[in-house]
Amino acid sequence: MTEAAIVIPKPESAARAIWAQFRSHKGAVFGLVVLSLLILAVVIGPYLWHPEKLTVVEAIKSKNKGPSLRFPLGSDHLGRDMLQRMIQAGKVSLAVGFVAMMIAIVFGTLIGVLAGYYRRLDGPLMRLTDMFLALPLVPLLLVIMMLFRDRTASILGPELGAFTLIVFAIGITSWMQAARIVRGEVLALKEREYVLAARSIGSASRRIITRHILPNVVSPVMVAATLGIAEAIITESVLSFLGLGFPPDFPTWGRLLYDGLSYMQVYPERVIWPGLAISLTVLSVNYIGDGLRDALDPRIRGR
Amino acid sequence: MLTFTLRRLLLAIPTLLVISLVIFLLVDLAPGSPMSEIPLTVPPDVRRKMIEALGADQPVFFRYFLWLRQFFWVEPVTLFDGWFGTSWAGGEQRILSWQSRAPVFTIIGQRIPQTLTVIGTAYLVGILIALPIGIYSAYRQYSLFDQLGTLIAMIGFSVPTFFSGTLIIIIFAVTLGWFPTKYDTNLHVTDWASFVKQLQQMAMPVMTLGLANAAVISRYMRSSMLDNMGMDYVRTARAKGLTERVVVLKHVLRNSMIPVVTVIALGIPSIFGGAIITENLFGVNGIGAALIGAIHASDLPMVQTLAFIFAVLIVTFNLIADVLYGLLDPRIRYD
Amino acid sequence: MKLTTALLGAACALSFAPAAFADRGTDGEVKFTFPQAVSIMNPFLSSGTKDVYAASLVLEPLAGFDADGNIIPKLVTEIPTLENGGISADLTSITWKLLPDLKWSDGSPVTADDAVFTAAYCMDPAGGCAQLSKFDSVAKVEAVDASTVKVTFTGPKPNPYTAFVGALSPLLQKAQFAACQGAAAPTCTDPNNMPIGTGPFKVTGFTVNDTVTLAMNENYRDPAKPAFASAVIKGGGDAEGSARAVMETGEFDYAWNTQIPPDSQASMTAAGKGEFVVAFGTLVERIEMNMTDPDPALPEGERATVKHPHPILSDIKVRTALSKAIDRQILSDVGYGAGGMPTCNVIPAPAAWASDNTGCIAQDMEGAKKLLDEAGWVPGADGIREKDGKKLHILYQSTVNPIRQDFQALVKDWWTELGVDVELKAIDPSVFFGGDAGSPDTFQKFYADVEMYANNSDGTDPETYLSQYQCVNAPSPDNQWQGENMNRFCDPAYDAKVKVLSTTVDVAERQKLAKELNDMVTKDSMVVVPLVHRGTLSAHSNTLGGVKINAWDSEMWNVADWFRVK
Repeated sequence: MTEAAIVIPKPESAARAIWAQFRSHKGAVFGLVVLSLLILAVVIGPYLWHPEKLTVVEAIKSKNKGPSLRFPLGSDHLGRDMLQRMIQAGKVSLAVGFVAMMIAIVFGTLIGVLAGYYRRLDGPLMRLTDMFLALPLVPLLLVIMMLFRDRTASILGPELGAFTLIVFAIGITSWMQAARIVRGEVLALKEREYVLAARSIGSASRRIITRHILPNVVSPVMVAATLGIAEAIITESVLSFLGLGFPPDFPTWGRLLYDGLSYMQVYPERVIWPGLAISLTVLSVNYIGDGLRDALDPRIRGR
Repeated sequence: MLTFTLRRLLLAIPTLLVISLVIFLLVDLAPGSPMSEIPLTVPPDVRRKMIEALGADQPVFFRYFLWLRQFFWVEPVTLFDGWFGTSWAGGEQRILSWQSRAPVFTIIGQRIPQTLTVIGTAYLVGILIALPIGIYSAYRQYSLFDQLGTLIAMIGFSVPTFFSGTLIIIIFAVTLGWFPTKYDTNLHVTDWASFVKQLQQMAMPVMTLGLANAAVISRYMRSSMLDNMGMDYVRTARAKGLTERVVVLKHVLRNSMIPVVTVIALGIPSIFGGAIITENLFGVNGIGAALIGAIHASDLPMVQTLAFIFAVLIVTFNLIADVLYGLLDPRIRYD
Repeated sequence: MKLTTALLGAACALSFAPAAFADRGTDGEVKFTFPQAVSIMNPFLSSGTKDVYAASLVLEPLAGFDADGNIIPKLVTEIPTLENGGISADLTSITWKLLPDLKWSDGSPVTADDAVFTAAYCMDPAGGCAQLSKFDSVAKVEAVDASTVKVTFTGPKPNPYTAFVGALSPLLQKAQFAACQGAAAPTCTDPNNMPIGTGPFKVTGFTVNDTVTLAMNENYRDPAKPAFASAVIKGGGDAEGSARAVMETGEFDYAWNTQIPPDSQASMTAAGKGEFVVAFGTLVERIEMNMTDPDPALPEGERATVKHPHPILSDIKVRTALSKAIDRQILSDVGYGAGGMPTCNVIPAPAAWASDNTGCIAQDMEGAKKLLDEAGWVPGADGIREKDGKKLHILYQSTVNPIRQDFQALVKDWWTELGVDVELKAIDPSVFFGGDAGSPDTFQKFYADVEMYANNSDGTDPETYLSQYQCVNAPSPDNQWQGENMNRFCDPAYDAKVKVLSTTVDVAERQKLAKELNDMVTKDSMVVVPLVHRGTLSAHSNTLGGVKINAWDSEMWNVADWFRVK
């Protein structure tokens, strides 16, 4: 009957212990470094790399170039610098990926925990989940965009409005899997001895959930989060494909990948760069997730 | 458990009715019209007449109730007539696709076999690859095998199928010339040669989808196994002197299956839903390709019927998952 | 490589010589792949090009068009004209004489009754016939005798070659479709999917939105044709996949509509298994200027209607400047390669109907800037031009399509150089072209300043097409936004000229009028800014002979003459 609270005496030292454990995880450190580099590149990249503005005729002459000093990642079929486009695209894709994933995970976990823990909420919440799973995605997105695009654009401006709506649309259509998985785990967890013990000493439900249930659903949530980022980045490209995403002159990794497809055989680097960027992001998030899970698990941390 | 299942089954009926209404309103509200694929040379008044002939100008609730009647009465009766040679349906109009004017269920019937064989095989292959990889990766965490598995899994779900599919086509069809790029629906397996042909044309879509499925499932399997490996009961089991094989495959695996069962159960309806992009890419005429085609053409009867069948499957398989939870972990109680 | 091409060219040329290449059905199977799958084989219920082309292997009209747009007899002895008396002197009727001993693929004879039935079938008000406009102003169709069909019009009809001409209005068999008239039309699944025809092939199997299998028609009128014993049409996928299946893997013989980037065209051709062919019809990619104000601040019902003229684009100088800043040659090269050429005309073909207007081809950035200066739009602090404190901002919308997005990017570059602030928008084609009055994103509503899409004239005579730009055809809330004059262009002189065209009989005079009308909407007013004259790119295998690409009728118009190159 070991209570987690007994093992962790004070919050600060707990944080320090978690960090120490996290640091000792090689993959997690690697992930953190790569992710920081990617974020750094898209944030300060535009200040370090600004290729000269070419006129259309000049640009067309330098189209489809391989990597060189002038174009470190080559140029596309309209002679645009791929590095510059990758940087611009990364800013949007990373932001969309993380924010949409957060929305989906937070919402999914909330629904999952509530449904799993409170028997009365289980029925209605899971039927709601079933409904969202059953709704055909494309018409749903079309309707969301049609109803809210002009309104958000007038309140937040066209670009921020589009961003808000896109992350909202992706979040609202991808929380269901997390919710179902968390609920399944919670159903099993709440019958465990330590939860029963906590309840028998009169702990409030909220406390049981935050202290005993949530820490134990971290690992499936982490997997869902890793998958969620990749999915959000790809879903964004599907939205662009339907004309529901950002304005067409706004590159994103998903869109660069999609546009590069027709050129895959002739100029493979057109798909390699965005594909690599997405994979690296997902891989580093996955390792960070692994490290975090180990770090948060008191059984492992002690060793 | 039995009462729970029965109660859930009864509850499913109103749930599905609500879902069907929501889907109908949603698809109806979505912008687009069945005339969007008609060339611009067709003048507006002819377009209007075509819409009237489809009945697409009727009020939305009238169309909804018509669809309900067709789905729950006309179609089953027609099916019954087909089996027993009766004629109770009396030639009442079945659900007709606006795009092709063919009965929706005929189209679904034509497409189910391809979806089940191709997508179903891919799913099965995915699970069969994923479970051992997930288990072994967790058992030997941070070994070379685990690291390699992680890398491949990450690539597997960070590259979308439109990309991996095209890549596979270029490698195996264009460069090596091993497999055909277009799935031949009219191929009937009658002898060894045609069986080989069938395998060849299934190879690329199955590879594309199997990789994506295996990547997802193996991650859940691994993480769930890891959670349970450190549990007290595992230590107890080992202390009792049980072999590693029994400890891992009997005790840990069974307790780790809950999230995996959820993921697999969530995925099964999507076998029916088909893999939209993959089916399109390889010319497999499955349900997914039909759904996306119907959505683009705003073929409301087709979208509505497919989405509803999909909803029925989702509700069913979630129920099955709930029942399985109880079997895997007897402590879980629903009442 | 070069030598093979030359040899193949020779082989193709030979195919038109009467040399008996083969007897009927000795060349095996011909395989087609379409990026969009065939939904239905009855062109009267769907005018989707994929469906019409597939049906053209089976169903035939009385007369069709050849590769140059000339009308040619198919099921009739000759083309009726004023000279041979087939067309009445007052232009109110046309009489067709069927070929003797003509048979349907089931062996029954083709009679004038079939034509009478086909007309009744399409003109039935409850049938929702997609080709109703082919029977426009037809008063009655009657069988004079078993092999003579007379079509009478409500008034003089200068162009009577509409009903029963071209792949869009073929003959249906009365016996098969008798029970399918009117409201019953859509429910006749079997006839709609497997119609009996007179063409070189007959349908043997049909899977909706997937595959059509066909076998040669034993009762085809030429006993030596077709050379192929069977045919199959596989649909679905995308243009790339279709092109690849013909040009790289060689699985298919013919791919229709393989619109892929010029770079990929070159690399696929290099594989040496096939070649791309282009059919230039009247398809023109254009930018349409909105003459009305699409400001979202205006109340719904007044937004983008003639009540409020466009604050910027109403000035012809601005419209001209925007057109002058565009380099159409670059657009054509980047987007279409061999499948496109720059144009300044709405009617780019046939040559006799096309205006010699080429003034817009050369880009003139300085001239464009000068025009804007003259119009009072002067560069502000940020380089964006302004007038009376209002920025020169333009919302430029189009559909989601990689080539259109490239065009948008390039045009934005040029217009930015001009000092215009350009906002781009791409819309899902099924929404944009869907015409749903509830959606703000349709091309009819035009809630943008300029929009880009492609449109074409149906057939060689552009009268109907040109009449779209009349004042009455402007979409507005009053007509549920249905109309073809997207620009809300309104010029009484134009309307008057359209009226003259509709009553003019002499072909040379008609051509002159058409050119004048073309110039009025393009170079005189700059309301329509044509960019690229587009062809339909198709691909065929090097082993397929006899292909003669045709933009005026079905691309498979002469499939009976196709053969296997050995």
